[in-house]
Amino acid sequence: MAGKLKLYYFDGRGKMESIRWLLAAAGVEFEEEFLETREQYEKLLQGGSLLFQQVPMVEIDGMKMVQSRAILSYIAAKYNLYGKDLKERALIDMYVGGTDDLMGFILMFPFLSAEDKEKQRAVIVQKATSRYFPAYEKVLKDRGQDFLVGNNFSWADVHLLEAILMVEEKKSDVLSGFPQLQAFKARISSIPTIKKFLEPGSQRKPVPDDKYVETVRRVLRMYYDIKAN
Amino acid sequence: MSGKPKLYYFNARGRMESIRWLLAAAGVEFEECFLETKDDLTKLRKDGSLLFQQVPMVEIDGMKMVQSRAIGNYIAMKYNLYGKDLKERALIDMYVEAVIDLNELLMTHPFQPADKKEQHFATIVDKATNRYFPVYEKVLKDHGQDFLVGNQFSRADVQLLETLLMAEECKPDILAKFPLLQSFKARISNIPTVKKFLQPGSQRKPPLQEKDVPKLMKIFH
Repeated sequence: MAGKLKLYYFDGRGKMESIRWLLAAAGVEFEEEFLETREQYEKLLQGGSLLFQQVPMVEIDGMKMVQSRAILSYIAAKYNLYGKDLKERALIDMYVGGTDDLMGFILMFPFLSAEDKEKQRAVIVQKATSRYFPAYEKVLKDRGQDFLVGNNFSWADVHLLEAILMVEEKKSDVLSGFPQLQAFKARISSIPTIKKFLEPGSQRKPVPDDKYVETVRRVLRMYYDIKAN
Repeated sequence: MSGKPKLYYFNARGRMESIRWLLAAAGVEFEECFLETKDDLTKLRKDGSLLFQQVPMVEIDGMKMVQSRAIGNYIAMKYNLYGKDLKERALIDMYVEAVIDLNELLMTHPFQPADKKEQHFATIVDKATNRYFPVYEKVLKDHGQDFLVGNQFSRADVQLLETLLMAEECKPDILAKFPLLQSFKARISNIPTVKKFLQPGSQRKPPLQEKDVPKLMKIFH
């Protein structure tokens, strides 16, 4: 049991993708079990593996962890990506909170109607360029260092890179007003573990498609309409 | 700089209430600055106090902290309400995150349009009694201890009590099938710092009234 790290989720990004990023950044190998059928999900439920009946679930160090924030915090602390003291942790938590909110706008995107998708794309770009990116641009500019917190690679850097790439998928030139973020993106992408994760054949998942949406709806019996926030 | 943390938010529960609970449970005195108008929010944004242009914001230990989870984490760590090791922290995080999910449902109830309110209420009751409460009831049953994690008072106990009380405001008999949660509620409510917070005159905020919703919406729009 020890040493086996296994992720239970759909074969897609959703709330598990940030966890994949963090594990990959830390150079930690992991296995994945993909939910494809309702029966698989019910089996997990009946076996008591899902504390609040939800995925993501990660088997790690003898625990069946749920709640993506809890899982991410545990991994960050375990693999020294959570700063060196309480104050650095506070900064990391704040920065991750921001990128989490930003990625939250993108999380529901695949489930929206075509019309709502266009509206949401505009919302994502607007929030990114007027609220979130300026904050991180300023942090990098003020500090003049390679990383967001304490001049050490941390969870905050991984999460921000993930967010940047996701927003760029919605608008490819979205970083044009943000020179610090452009340099940050290049720099963090070159870190060997990250570089590896960005290469084809890694466990990084592609942009969600209709098949992903169908699978999620089928497994969770989530057939109602999702509205943008 | 005074030693007391200073909270910047509306005079309402919202996303600041869990932070008030945590500080109070830890026996930490705090000041509050209430945003009453859109101008108050604009002013804070303009002077660079809000990292992502949003409240809650808490001035604490020389930092202007934002993001309610970050603030909660910092307070919990600083005042030893976060377990004794990484594994206890993992449990606390799992329990707290789920409570946050349930709180989200409870918090958004007053803002539901009239034609969606009944359905929303049913969802709250369903999730509370079928998804969340059974888990905490079982945790308490399995280890037979007073507190959720590590036999020690922690943030998980504080946030669960807060949610139990809010759920009861929604439906007074919602704990009927959960005897251990009922005794948990009584037990944690009796802890001196918590008891004090539950008394009239404390900084605990009342439930949002329908009539106050328009005023709050105005600050945002």
